[in-house]
Amino acid sequence: MIGLTHYLVISAALFSLGIMCVLTRKNAVSVLMGIELILNSANLNLVAFSKYTAGNLDGQLFAVFTIIVAAAEAAVALAIVLSMYRLLRSVNLDRADTLKG
Amino acid sequence: MNANLVSQGIFYFFAALTLGSAAVVVFSRSLIYSIFGLLFTFFGVAALYVFLGADFLAATQMVIYVGGILVLLLFGVMLTHKLYDLDLKTETFQVIPALLLVAAVFGTLILAMTRTTWFSGAVRQPEPTTAEIGKLFMREYILPFEVASVFLLIALIGAAMIVRKGAE
Repeated sequence: MIGLTHYLVISAALFSLGIMCVLTRKNAVSVLMGIELILNSANLNLVAFSKYTAGNLDGQLFAVFTIIVAAAEAAVALAIVLSMYRLLRSVNLDRADTLKG
Repeated sequence: MNANLVSQGIFYFFAALTLGSAAVVVFSRSLIYSIFGLLFTFFGVAALYVFLGADFLAATQMVIYVGGILVLLLFGVMLTHKLYDLDLKTETFQVIPALLLVAAVFGTLILAMTRTTWFSGAVRQPEPTTAEIGKLFMREYILPFEVASVFLLIALIGAAMIVRKGAE
């Protein structure tokens, strides 16, 4: 029988993979992909709890808001990445160290 | 009995699809492979939403993530690399410390999840959710709904401002 714990384990694995992506990649777009993985894992948790413990739809509404924020975040982050590329001719995050003292 | 077994098999198939393609996203050297891995991860998560009885969310996931965010990421890759740069490799660094840290985080999460006895209320039976979600948005959640729409407008204008040529 598929229970709550199955979904929680999948979500935890997805979250860990997202953290791994954010920590190890140098390319800014790859880091964004890791953030999308993390947001998806959070959404999966919300929907799973909404089905198994709450029994109502509030968790799904929270997931919709998370998707809205993820879309806005992707758009603004891509804009920042593009202007960084225009400035430095590179999307390597280690190159963006102008503010470093 | 037999139908139960089949649905379990399908569930494990989609779980494996989600996690396998997420691993491709994280460990692949090629950016294009990463993006296509992300595509299958989003499909897998949408299928898991269907298993959880969230049909509206599964459709939203398809439309916004696959149709919107993924295309945006592809644009990001294509616009920030030379066109003749066919392989689009990306470097990784600090793999071993990151692996240790992630293993610790994952272990802690699994331990916390399996040790906790979750409150188990009435399991919601699968039924169409779209009308119910619409009513909730227009009643209890009207303020967050409006704030989200203004937030999207702000993000739209802000993103356009940032990439505009000669903005500085």
